Amino acid sequence: MKSFHGGVHPNDSKKYTAAKPIEAAPLPKKVIIPLRQHIGAPVSAIVKKGDAVKKGQLIARSDAFVSGNVHASVSGKVTEIADYPHAVFGTCPSVVIESDGLDEWAEGIPMQRQWEKLNSKDLSAIIREAGIVGMGGATFPTHVKLAPPPDKKIDTFILNGSECEPFLTADYRSMLEYTDRVATGVKITMKALGVNTGYVGIEDNKPDAVKALQSAFEGTQVKVVALPTKYPQGAEKMLIVMLTGREVPSGGLPMDVGVVVQNVGTVIAISDAVTKGIPLIERVLTVSGSAVKEPKNLLMRVGSTFADALSYCGGLNGELVKIISGGPMMGFAQSTVDIPVIKGTSGILFLTKKDVNADKESACIHCGRCVEACPMGLNPSMLSILGERQFYEEAKEEYNLLDCMECGSCVYVCPAKRRIVQYIRYAKAQNAIQAQKEQAKVAI
Amino acid sequence: MAVNEESLKMNLLTVSTSPHITSSESIPKIMWSVNAALAPAVIFAAWHFGMPAIITMLVGVVTAVATEYIIQVIRKKEVTINDGSAVLTGLLLAMCLPPSLPWYMTAFGSFLAIAVAKHSMGGLGHNIFNPAHIARAAMMASWPVAMTTWTQMTTSVDVVTSATPLNILKQQGYAKLIETFGDASNMYQAMFLGLRNGSIGETSAVLLILGGIFLIYKGYIKWEMPVLMIGTVGLLTWIFGPSGLFTGDPLFHMLAGGLMIGAFFMATDMVTIPITRKGKIIFAVGAGVLTVLIRLKGGYPEGVCYAILLMNCVTPLIDRFIVPKKFGARR
Repeated sequence: MKSFHGGVHPNDSKKYTAAKPIEAAPLPKKVIIPLRQHIGAPVSAIVKKGDAVKKGQLIARSDAFVSGNVHASVSGKVTEIADYPHAVFGTCPSVVIESDGLDEWAEGIPMQRQWEKLNSKDLSAIIREAGIVGMGGATFPTHVKLAPPPDKKIDTFILNGSECEPFLTADYRSMLEYTDRVATGVKITMKALGVNTGYVGIEDNKPDAVKALQSAFEGTQVKVVALPTKYPQGAEKMLIVMLTGREVPSGGLPMDVGVVVQNVGTVIAISDAVTKGIPLIERVLTVSGSAVKEPKNLLMRVGSTFADALSYCGGLNGELVKIISGGPMMGFAQSTVDIPVIKGTSGILFLTKKDVNADKESACIHCGRCVEACPMGLNPSMLSILGERQFYEEAKEEYNLLDCMECGSCVYVCPAKRRIVQYIRYAKAQNAIQAQKEQAKVAI
Repeated sequence: MAVNEESLKMNLLTVSTSPHITSSESIPKIMWSVNAALAPAVIFAAWHFGMPAIITMLVGVVTAVATEYIIQVIRKKEVTINDGSAVLTGLLLAMCLPPSLPWYMTAFGSFLAIAVAKHSMGGLGHNIFNPAHIARAAMMASWPVAMTTWTQMTTSVDVVTSATPLNILKQQGYAKLIETFGDASNMYQAMFLGLRNGSIGETSAVLLILGGIFLIYKGYIKWEMPVLMIGTVGLLTWIFGPSGLFTGDPLFHMLAGGLMIGAFFMATDMVTIPITRKGKIIFAVGAGVLTVLIRLKGGYPEGVCYAILLMNCVTPLIDRFIVPKKFGARR
């Protein structure tokens, strides 16, 4: 199979955890549940300090459509609603619940439900109620993706099983161990979307996952495809072009080419919400890196902290220099272990010096590696130089700044160790500020 | 907020933007690999031309490194003489000079390459022109006689001449050239192996090609560049021969002068050539065309150096118009 243009082949470092079955982490004594775990309108707490809550109980919501409900992940007492560190947003208002150790479900959960009898609208409503968001890391509310505007005709669903980020094996283990729930989740999603064509894209370095899903989808219209292993195969645009041949237009979304993509964790959450009425309160994630004693794939409650994960994995081993929420190519570096796991946390990495890049940056030598590595067909060299010299508008108007999806392939191959993605992010932010200013002027 | 026991034990953590891992590729790795690729030709030159060549190469390298060190100390910049790029510039310059050139001329050229062509532009990565070729061009203008005086080779057995093959061709014609070597196949063999007169490092086509193949294998240069530049020279010199169309000697022209070292080591200098593959192809073909134009129609016997410098001039323009194909343009 001919692969997409560009991309890189980092050492996948999956050996730490690929063979390790998913373990349920012990019940946390306390959870810190951020009120922003999604992209879109913020939610507000509907519980207050001192309230007793049950596992699965709704604790925060919003009337806005593009938003994600938040549920209690343990039973216990709300001890505080205050700002806490957040893996993506710095700090965020969070509901702190002290567990009563009983782990009691809220009323009516779990339940049995026949999804085959439900129509598209009901399915979407259940998924919205359950607070499901994209669990690959982007955290876009799932029910919004399932309700495209009427002018966008969706004809294809894609399950993203590529898991192209090094170190991460959560989706891989889930596909092997939760095969039935993955399959059910895909079928439900396809029914909610009203489509008959489905694909599962998995990198060919996970042949047993390919096999497991192939037998799960035998006799259906869902095709399981082994894709060439290359980062960023899991980027939506790359996945779509590989499976359907359609290129998402510049500035567009998958729905512009009739496609909806969901992550493995997300369809498992969909399956649980629809068939058992269980909201999204826990997820599978990979705890790995050479600074952690016993790397594991863990099933963790939303609101457990990175510290909980670390202590369950035997603590530190070697000199820790970086903590990352997510994968090493697109994840977020953290300054503390007192960070809660959220719906989009696909991995927690504890890295030593030998894992990370700490080399000094030098001037671009124009070698062209970044141009060859860029899957979006950009000139990262020029973008980094324009960003460095504050030519933000040129970067946007003439070098397609906004098409960059920040996959990091350019930085990975750069011999000058330039922080290209950092320059690009900064240039994007400056353009956004400029646009705001201009809007303000028009308003006056 | 609870202060976790683990967090107390921790050192300061690095918080930076993604990606957090990178490949092991680095500028020193690239530069030293190019130096290594030149090594066979350097060793051959030391044997072929003897002491004068060794002295010229040493002076070239030492002056380049010393100049870079002094400039970086004066400018209070990080000293980067270990990255191999100054060594490479000094070496490449020396390889493009006659073996017995007075040492102070070599030193001046090497100083010029580093001080003017490289650091006055801002240092590695910022120079527009190939520093070694800028220096060589300046030396050609300053000492035209010394720069075209070729002494005896230590290994000269059959070839008794004090001129380069291109010189003989320019001044005395093709028949005389063949006569000098005995016959045509002798000539090709001598030129392929490097048993001819010329600049220090340009003579041995086979060793330069070997070094080039190593760099192509390492991914540091694109095979299209040397192949197209040398191919263009071959094609055009064959077409525009001395006695009408298609009467030229392409093999001679491909092996002569500084084409091999120019095509493999100068036209592939990433700093001064276009960034896209397509742009690189345009550069290579353009450099080939200009080389032939100078060789056949110009006053100088050789044109590789000027051809590459002229193409360096248009590199920013090529990069302006030859851009990668953006994803999402196809529907």
